[in-house]
Amino acid sequence: MRVLSCSDADMYEQCSVSPFAIGFSTVASPPRRKDSIKVMHPPTSNTTTFNWAFFWLCSLLLSSLVWFITVQISNKDSSSQQKGLLIFGVVLSVLLQETFRFGYYKLLKKANEGLLMLSSEETMPISIQQLAYVSGLGFGFMSGAFSVVNILADSVGPGTIGIHGDSQHYFLSSAFMTMAIILLHMFWGVVFFDACEKQLWWSLAVVVSSHLLVSCLTFQNPQYVGSLVPTYIIMFLMGLWAFVCAGGSLRNLKFCLTCKDKDFLLAHHRPR
Amino acid sequence: MANTVEDIENNMATEAPVPSQNQHSEPGGTGVRSRGGGGGTAQNGQPPSTASQQRPAQVVEGDEDEDEELTLKYGAKHVIMLFVPVTLCMVVVVATIKSVSFYTQNDGQRLIYTPFPEDTDTLGERALNSVLNATIMISVIIVMTMVLVLLYKYRCYRVILGWLFLSSLLLLFFFSFIYLKEVFKTYNVAMDWITLAVIIWNFGVVGMVCIHWKGPLRLQQAYLIMISALMALVFIKYLPEWTAWLILAVISVYDLLAVLCPKGPLRILVETAQERNEPIFPALIYSSTMVWLVNMADTGLGHRPHTRKNSAETPVTEPESPAAPPPVVLGPAPLSPPEDDGGFTTNWVGQQEHQLGPLQSTEESRREIQQLPSARPPVMDDDDEERGVKLGLGDFIFYSMLVGKASAAASGDWNTTLACFVAILIGLCLTLLLLAIFKKALPALPISIFFGLVFYFATDNLVRPFMDQLALHQFYI
Repeated sequence: MRVLSCSDADMYEQCSVSPFAIGFSTVASPPRRKDSIKVMHPPTSNTTTFNWAFFWLCSLLLSSLVWFITVQISNKDSSSQQKGLLIFGVVLSVLLQETFRFGYYKLLKKANEGLLMLSSEETMPISIQQLAYVSGLGFGFMSGAFSVVNILADSVGPGTIGIHGDSQHYFLSSAFMTMAIILLHMFWGVVFFDACEKQLWWSLAVVVSSHLLVSCLTFQNPQYVGSLVPTYIIMFLMGLWAFVCAGGSLRNLKFCLTCKDKDFLLAHHRPR
Repeated sequence: MANTVEDIENNMATEAPVPSQNQHSEPGGTGVRSRGGGGGTAQNGQPPSTASQQRPAQVVEGDEDEDEELTLKYGAKHVIMLFVPVTLCMVVVVATIKSVSFYTQNDGQRLIYTPFPEDTDTLGERALNSVLNATIMISVIIVMTMVLVLLYKYRCYRVILGWLFLSSLLLLFFFSFIYLKEVFKTYNVAMDWITLAVIIWNFGVVGMVCIHWKGPLRLQQAYLIMISALMALVFIKYLPEWTAWLILAVISVYDLLAVLCPKGPLRILVETAQERNEPIFPALIYSSTMVWLVNMADTGLGHRPHTRKNSAETPVTEPESPAAPPPVVLGPAPLSPPEDDGGFTTNWVGQQEHQLGPLQSTEESRREIQQLPSARPPVMDDDDEERGVKLGLGDFIFYSMLVGKASAAASGDWNTTLACFVAILIGLCLTLLLLAIFKKALPALPISIFFGLVFYFATDNLVRPFMDQLALHQFYI
């Protein structure tokens, strides 16, 4: 029988623990003999990226619902009020995203623990770092897609940028900003999970506040210098932090780049 | 219609034939709607007692032991195997909708099943018309399903096969001709009739061969995706908007009832098929792996050997490489009429009996034999290759129809399309998960369509204005 193994580094096809799967499997079919349970891959592994994307979408849905309701009951003519409501919507959305990230993380932890209890494996089916990476990827993918896909579609059609006096660099700045946001989500995911694992609540607070900061910086648009430059600085800093959290160091980096990392090579060697 | 997911467990003989589901085909006119594949039912067959590999001599004690070994071998590969074709189908549909305006134009033509127009004066009238349209459509579907079940029950296989043959003929020739014509019109490509005739002829004939007989797996999969996309496009064009949403909602409810209720037509179909150990009808199910058919051990005089003449599961005669998946040992499934002995003459059978002694097949012995590890290449590390997943074509059609309608109707907004896409895929994941847990026939439509509809309406009405405002001011969340 094939024992659960996670030697495949293929992140996207990695058997990822779906929380419902484990929860259900513990409830629906309780084991009669613990030692006879040989859970291979977790029951119905899902491509976690999509799960995370789905949760990001749910958080967006909730925040837009709240925003929509506030707009309906507000004064539609006053543009300053509308802008204020929009800012409120942005802040709420950021907070909800982080809340959903935390919530799903807790769910997955429970599921992992349940699975470990059931199976005779010592290690988790998926490492928490891989989970963090995939979570960041899912969030980043969805966030980036929602930000940029309409703009991309419009960029094809006939038109002139900034014909009414707006900035000429709309598309370019959108592209850079989106890239920064996607990468930031990935870094935030890694740091977030690491902070949750090690109970470093101040790290968590820094992640949430940096997300808020980046979003609030965009309020300065179209003064792109004020928004893009600090965002990229924050992105590099978060990148370094995430690298360190994930266990990276200069030595690792050197080995990786020169393809001399024996452990990595051995672990991923596929016998012919 | 049970648009459901089936899981095939290749290394154990499973009596898991997936019956064909609703298939209607109306000839003639633009109102042709051929539901190419009401989908198979999701089945798990019997969980493999892989423990039998370690104790080959033991007879299966029953389901209890199997339950105790939670050998659920679902990997990420399964979900990927379904994600990719579903995504491809949706991409084709969305790309066509966005570029070829023919499928979003309202020509005033309607299907004969949806006779009430929706461009009425009042909203109330429109609502009433769409409800009536949906009712007519669903009744037609129910009637067709009943007819199919009856035909299947009374073994009128020829009629069903002929019906399927005609509808795939229509799809592969007529609809693809229209599609090609519109694409050429959109991109202003000049094409002469002779070349067009040659292209359509080749496309159609190869498609018929692949789907109904044998062909490379990838080609068969590609053709199934293409005909699902074509069918979805037809629905998107000819179903008015409110009718389409109503039909999607009602059909998922119907699917749920038809597959799960004890007297549901599709459940009857599944159970009949299981009793008879018969395979799926071709052209209705998308299968992600090759299913091999191997003659099982001698089963004696009274029993028909397992030669299959009409197999949708393109059996390959020999593995091309040692890494090919081990052959599937399926249950006996003769589609040919009982008089045909498939080449195993009485002489040969007599000789076998003489050499090996009289063999009478009983349920017990057959199951024992099925549990034996057959002589096959050593199990590879990557066990996932052994297993395939199946999804009914009806599922493809309705998923793509939802996403296509979302992209056509949602004021050109891509966020809505993306949201529906993610929602449908998550629904599919959940369905596969439930399949793993309940191990019986499950409908694949309800969860995905429910999520899809919720996210469509929510994104279109709530998220879109929010995102538009954000994009206007270039705020990022």
